[in-house]
Amino acid sequence: MTTPYQQQGTPAATYSSPIPVRKAHLGDALASEWTKIRSVRSTMWTLGVMAVLMLGIGILAAVTVSAADADLEGEPVLFLGFFGVLLGSLCVMTLGVLTIASEYGTGMIRTTLTACPSRSRVLTAKAIVYFLLVFTVTFVLTLVVAALQVAILDTGAAPTTEDWVRATFAVSLYVALLGLLSLALGSLIRHSAGAITVMIGLVLLPLVMAMFMYAESLRTVQESLLEYSIPSQLGVLYDNSVAESGPQGWEPVWIMLGVTAVALGGAYAALNSRDV
Amino acid sequence: MIELADLTKHFGATVAVDGLSFRVRPGVVTGFLGPNGAGKSTAMRMMLDLDLPTSGSVRIDGRHYRELAEPLKYIGALLEAQAMHGGRSAYNNLLCLAQANRIPASRVGEVLDIVGLTAVARKKVKGFSLGMGQRLGIAAALLGDPEILLFDEPVNGLDPEGIHWIRNLMKQLASEGRTIFVSSHLMSEMALTADHLIVIGQGRLLADTSMAAFIQENARSYVRLRSPQRERLRDVLRSEGFTVIETDGGALEVNGAAPERLGELAAGHRIVLHELSVERASLEEAFMRMTAGAVEYHAHGAVEGPHPGPPRPGPPPHPGPPPGPGPRWGAGFTSRAEGE
Repeated sequence: MTTPYQQQGTPAATYSSPIPVRKAHLGDALASEWTKIRSVRSTMWTLGVMAVLMLGIGILAAVTVSAADADLEGEPVLFLGFFGVLLGSLCVMTLGVLTIASEYGTGMIRTTLTACPSRSRVLTAKAIVYFLLVFTVTFVLTLVVAALQVAILDTGAAPTTEDWVRATFAVSLYVALLGLLSLALGSLIRHSAGAITVMIGLVLLPLVMAMFMYAESLRTVQESLLEYSIPSQLGVLYDNSVAESGPQGWEPVWIMLGVTAVALGGAYAALNSRDV
Repeated sequence: MIELADLTKHFGATVAVDGLSFRVRPGVVTGFLGPNGAGKSTAMRMMLDLDLPTSGSVRIDGRHYRELAEPLKYIGALLEAQAMHGGRSAYNNLLCLAQANRIPASRVGEVLDIVGLTAVARKKVKGFSLGMGQRLGIAAALLGDPEILLFDEPVNGLDPEGIHWIRNLMKQLASEGRTIFVSSHLMSEMALTADHLIVIGQGRLLADTSMAAFIQENARSYVRLRSPQRERLRDVLRSEGFTVIETDGGALEVNGAAPERLGELAAGHRIVLHELSVERASLEEAFMRMTAGAVEYHAHGAVEGPHPGPPRPGPPPHPGPPPGPGPRWGAGFTSRAEGE
């Protein structure tokens, strides 16, 4: 007997769509990722909270110092922005993790990868969109906070151009790279809460561990933990004094760049070789 | 055209898909059947390059999925309902997919219209019902107006109206010359939509056949007789060379006999009949018999009723009527098969 398939014979022509086929590239993936990041509420929440923290704490610190007429003891005025940025970086890390881990949580990653089977392109587009967004927001916020602090505290020496660049541009670069590290970690761990916890641990644990290292034999370990902990390195970017050891000047940015590059490399390798 | 060549997938020691080779041809609805855990979803994920095969390959129109720059224009897939970000609106969920494939944004509105979600386009997906999520998934599959469509369990969670809608949609899409590949664990549902069948069990290919051939081979028919003079009727039938099975309910079942002949025979011997009916074993039973040895998750306990279970010793296995007056599985199929 003949099957229905044979009875129908080979269809005259397979279906062809009237929609024109244009070759998609990274730019299309970027547009797609931009739509994603701007259309979820977590982006507004994390960046909004960060703006409130940085502006609020920055202005409050300046006003408190100004009212107390305290002597900054040679500390540059811009250093007052440090506390807001440190807390704001928690928001940046959360957004970084959520940018990719929420896709695993919701199952969206399967839809994303069927639409764009080049997994490296997906991760690249996510990383670029996220990095540019966070860098821009942080840069604008640090600029505004620094300008306000200088205006409120008219005492002491005016910050040099180098001070300005480090307290705004370098700090924003550092924070955005920290966020990118969170994104890479989110991609590796594929679980929002887990990756956020790991990132917070990464920021806090070296300091906490160092606190308990009283033994003399651990002195050098304690010192390097203190010097290379993320809050300390962030502080270095505000500090123009020359320390005897540990990272100085722009070094924290390069260290973070290296760490993030390694983590992203791992994320690319894992994404390309794992089932989703 | 989708071609699977010796596709194999291991998860640790578990073999999910074992040397699967078949082709999905254009212009027809191909049903992909198997019990739960047979490897249907894994095979479909490998077709879309989501799961990486341990060995073997899948070709979409001769190419590997990763070689497709804008895959949504070749192949659309509904893998699971709600594979979308719940905090994003239906429109934005589809827009980001369209953008990744250079599909004009106007197409998003079109597909939302096709699936009937225009009214909730700007609503967050997390508030959607299962049926609405399923429709959104279908909208995503149709976004690139693709030549090939994969649907994994599309009727899950749909109400009767939704099931009817998706059945007609699949038939219409196939009539336009598209390749439709749809998985299900419900034989009765397949019987209404599919033209071709691929059956797998424990990751292995059990059948690759047209629906008509499957019916021919598997839907055994028999005649049921009921009479107050049961013993006499049985002896008469046996003396005429028929194989007679006595059921618990007091009926007699005769395989492969014309009902006219049996009726004439009873009349000739002046035997009173209370029932003479032609019964057809449902496709559901045929499917279950075929996959019985390949079911991964057996329910423990009684294997009575429509579940045939593994072959039993003793009297030849026969489908037997299911207990109770409820509708039989595959009843819809039976009526269709007889109508044609």
